[in-house]
Amino acid sequence: MTATTETQADLSAEIAELEKLSIEAASAGQNVRQPLLNYPPYRSSILRHPTKDPRHADPETIELWAPCFGNSDVDPLEADLTIAGSNEPIGERITVSGRVTDGEGRPVRNQLVEIWQANSAGRYIHKHEQHPAPLDPNFTGVGRCITDSEGRYRFQTIKPGPYPWGNHINAWRPAHIHFSLFGRAFTQRLITQMYFPSDPLFALDPIYQSITSQKARDALVARYDHDLSTPEYSMGYNWDIVLTGPSRTWTEPEEGDL
Amino acid sequence: MSIPTPGQTIGPFFGYALPYEGDADLVPPGSPGSIRLHGSVYDGAGNPIPDALLEIWQTDAEGNVPQAEGSLHRDGWTFTGWGRADTDLNGHYTFSTVLPGASEDGRAPFFALTVFARGLLDKLHTRIYLPEHPANAGDPLLVSLSEDERATLVATADATGLRFDIHFQGDRETTFLTYG
Repeated sequence: MTATTETQADLSAEIAELEKLSIEAASAGQNVRQPLLNYPPYRSSILRHPTKDPRHADPETIELWAPCFGNSDVDPLEADLTIAGSNEPIGERITVSGRVTDGEGRPVRNQLVEIWQANSAGRYIHKHEQHPAPLDPNFTGVGRCITDSEGRYRFQTIKPGPYPWGNHINAWRPAHIHFSLFGRAFTQRLITQMYFPSDPLFALDPIYQSITSQKARDALVARYDHDLSTPEYSMGYNWDIVLTGPSRTWTEPEEGDL
Repeated sequence: MSIPTPGQTIGPFFGYALPYEGDADLVPPGSPGSIRLHGSVYDGAGNPIPDALLEIWQTDAEGNVPQAEGSLHRDGWTFTGWGRADTDLNGHYTFSTVLPGASEDGRAPFFALTVFARGLLDKLHTRIYLPEHPANAGDPLLVSLSEDERATLVATADATGLRFDIHFQGDRETTFLTYG
């Protein structure tokens, strides 16, 4: 990783400037609900964003359908990230659950959800990970599940820790869980990150701040849900996911529809 | 209406989570009718990107939309139409698959492609069209593009199948798509 001399104050000034420009863009009617792909405070985006606007395409049949996953793909035990080792992983046990719907509120049923995350000390099991926090032999940080007939997913895991990254001096990512989602159409494919309520690092984080609409940013933050907490066992977080993108019409009968 | 959930970068650490054995082999490599679909992913400085993830979704050779499960545990016989490939240290990816058929009469067949990478804050969509396919000339998307843009969406034939490179920036910047 290249050594950087830039401080959080430098980065925060850039973030504030872009936020100001974005508020102007939003009042001019531009959609600011998705991250800005060209977001220089996230240094790695500088050479990795397209410089041209995407071209509009009318989706064709294949794009209006999504790949199909099912019980042969995912063992139900993969939704529990706390049972991979011979002992319990260290950290705060949490349940993360919610509904996956499309933009019209229709459930995304029987579809694949994949997650990955750092352990409670903020360390990923990855060969390029260099943060000298302890690895946990009982935690791999990888989970999968298939949504139920109402579009619900549910994972049992531990709360990830924040971790340092080399974007600038003293750069720390807010605690998050990576989510990978498929919709009812390939156009709805989504990879994103779920955050935890009231994280003091939100204002400082270029990845979170690359979404310049506060309302849209809020959509990435889970809600503490006491009803999802299990007595004497774990804390509950609810996070609902809304996928957008055109899909085939809902009236077509589908396998599994009753 | 609810607010759509925004995307976020796939980050640097997906390598132990998303790739799996057989992910890029929609059909067994070398099986009858199989082709290699491969290429490299480049950043704006022309350097290969070693931490990108590509997914393709396609019709079968007859143009049918696959609706069979089993992509995560392939049995070697079922064509699921979907595959995932991460780039290696040279920024190179490889799929083993079949040529897609046209899903609608008279339309140009293509592979639907999504691209993710560290440094890329949201997914990118595009299409990989087949070289020299007669229906390309009438494809609504291809005809709407300039010759240079069109060239970024059409694979080139090589000895084992097709090559398709992706450039995030520069003279050969790939044309990415929105379905709006």
